[in-house]
Amino acid sequence: MIATGQTLKSSEEIKGRSLWMDARRRLFHNRAALASMIILGLIAALAVLAPLLSPYAYDEVNYDLIACSPGWWPVEAACRAQGHVFGTDAVGRDLFVRVLFGARVSLAVGLVATLVSLVIGVLYGAIAGYLGGRIDGLMMRIVDVLYSLPFIFFVIILMVMFDRNFILLFVAIGAVEWLTMARIVRGQTLSIKQKEFIEAARAAGVGPLGIITRHVIPNVVGPVMVYVTLTVPGVILMESFLSFLGLGIQEPLTSWGVLISDGADQMETAPWLLLFPALFMAVTLFCFNFIGDGMRDALDPKDR
Amino acid sequence: MIAYALRRLVSAIPTLFVIITLAFFMMRAAPGGPFDSQRKLTPEVERNIKAAYDLDKPLWRQYVIYLGKVAHGDLGPSYKNKDFTVVQLIGTGLPVSARLGLSAMVLALLLGTALGVAAALKQNRWQDYSVMAGAMLGITIPTFVTAPILTLIFGIYAGLLPVGGWSGGALRNMILPVTVLALPQIAIVARLMRGSMVEVLRANYIRTARAKGLPVHRIVLGHALRAAALPLVSYLGPALAAVLTGSLVVEQIFGLPGIGRYFVQGALNRDYTLVMGVVICYAALIIFLNFLADIAYGILDPRVRLT
Repeated sequence: MIATGQTLKSSEEIKGRSLWMDARRRLFHNRAALASMIILGLIAALAVLAPLLSPYAYDEVNYDLIACSPGWWPVEAACRAQGHVFGTDAVGRDLFVRVLFGARVSLAVGLVATLVSLVIGVLYGAIAGYLGGRIDGLMMRIVDVLYSLPFIFFVIILMVMFDRNFILLFVAIGAVEWLTMARIVRGQTLSIKQKEFIEAARAAGVGPLGIITRHVIPNVVGPVMVYVTLTVPGVILMESFLSFLGLGIQEPLTSWGVLISDGADQMETAPWLLLFPALFMAVTLFCFNFIGDGMRDALDPKDR
Repeated sequence: MIAYALRRLVSAIPTLFVIITLAFFMMRAAPGGPFDSQRKLTPEVERNIKAAYDLDKPLWRQYVIYLGKVAHGDLGPSYKNKDFTVVQLIGTGLPVSARLGLSAMVLALLLGTALGVAAALKQNRWQDYSVMAGAMLGITIPTFVTAPILTLIFGIYAGLLPVGGWSGGALRNMILPVTVLALPQIAIVARLMRGSMVEVLRANYIRTARAKGLPVHRIVLGHALRAAALPLVSYLGPALAAVLTGSLVVEQIFGLPGIGRYFVQGALNRDYTLVMGVVICYAALIIFLNFLADIAYGILDPRVRLT
């Protein structure tokens, strides 16, 4: 007994490395992932601080500066707008501030819709996997059927039905994205529920709901986090896709999809209207993908 | 095999049924009818129009009538494109979309496979890294960004290609849309192909082929490609869905008269029958081609038992 006490004490001083600390260390050593996190942080900070960073409001119209290029634009344009870093759009609104407000919407949609899909998917998958048997079969059969539906069309129909409701956009996209999450979580749950600690919890009298929320779900966090980082860019893309088709965010609010769509209409005369939003969006998507890849490498004990 | 194929075909019917039902009730739950936005009609005219389109009957009757018509291959008249039935509209749009989609798929498979194999053969060298970096670009940058940018470069600045229009499917008009549609798929196919090719090249029978002194192209074409292409076959289904979704944007941007455009315009105009018709058409296509992909997988990989 005394010996065990001593080993415990000395091991405390050595400071162990948990799975998560290891993963974090590996993630921070991945240069692409680290750079992506810094860039994303910058974009997010710009988006949050947008009103403070620009003297113009996102819906401030100026008919004297219609589709003017930024002051530093290398090619001669019809007019130049000094003080507008990214130039102005077709009704003279400052593009810089609009791109940042677009970032707000796009990032918010990405995060909220992913959260919706996370909650539905994790609960559904964990319940199906834990209960098993006929209920599992039925629940996964439903997922299979939903999977084979061309879902983007249903999102479009939903958006038409409810007049491009902003909140519905979050819910609709989230409701589409939960399917894969449910499958991943179910697979993990199936293997976790064989473990001794689940048996111990059951022996201690914990009910199914308690086991699922307190013992199963915390143990699926790894793969779920990887999938979440890859879902966010997917959702941002889907929102922009809908906005591009005119079925998403409505004026004067904006998102990257709306800006790209507007920019594409005027790319002959005012290419900056297309280039800046496209650049911001591409960089953001890139960053999320790099972080997702980095996380997968960091959390996967098998070296790739 | 045949029993499996039949069972798969039969199981597609409930899926289609679910799609039709969902689409029907979702469209009908939408606030505002197809004739609302027009100028106010006199009550008699409105009643007559509604009667002509069965809109005066209770919802479940409309649903039953619609199901019966769909079973006979009749998707009803378009509410907004007067004098056209939905089947006629799809009939004019589908060849355009199919040509666009198929060309993009063929291009993606050929180019993606070639790039993936090249990357795998030069694993961890600059060729590999540049192909994979390019693939990353192709996957992350969405169609609606590449389309205008490529149009800007090749259509406007260089003036080499038309910026839009179909012109009866002339090659010049197809280059840009097909490229845009194929780019993400080329990227994904290249990634998949590289991954599986790297695995296959490590296999013993490839070592044997090398030891026999076969030249690289014969090892790749004769021995490695068939095994390495298997993951591609199972990707065909999702790829198809992605191409269909992408065609919504591409048809819109380039102004091509395909069904994707009908869908978007129908959705914006609340043309219920047209939207449902296109959704059913897309769903049937996706289900059917997924089915073909599964069968092809069974034929190509003798280890898979389709029972």
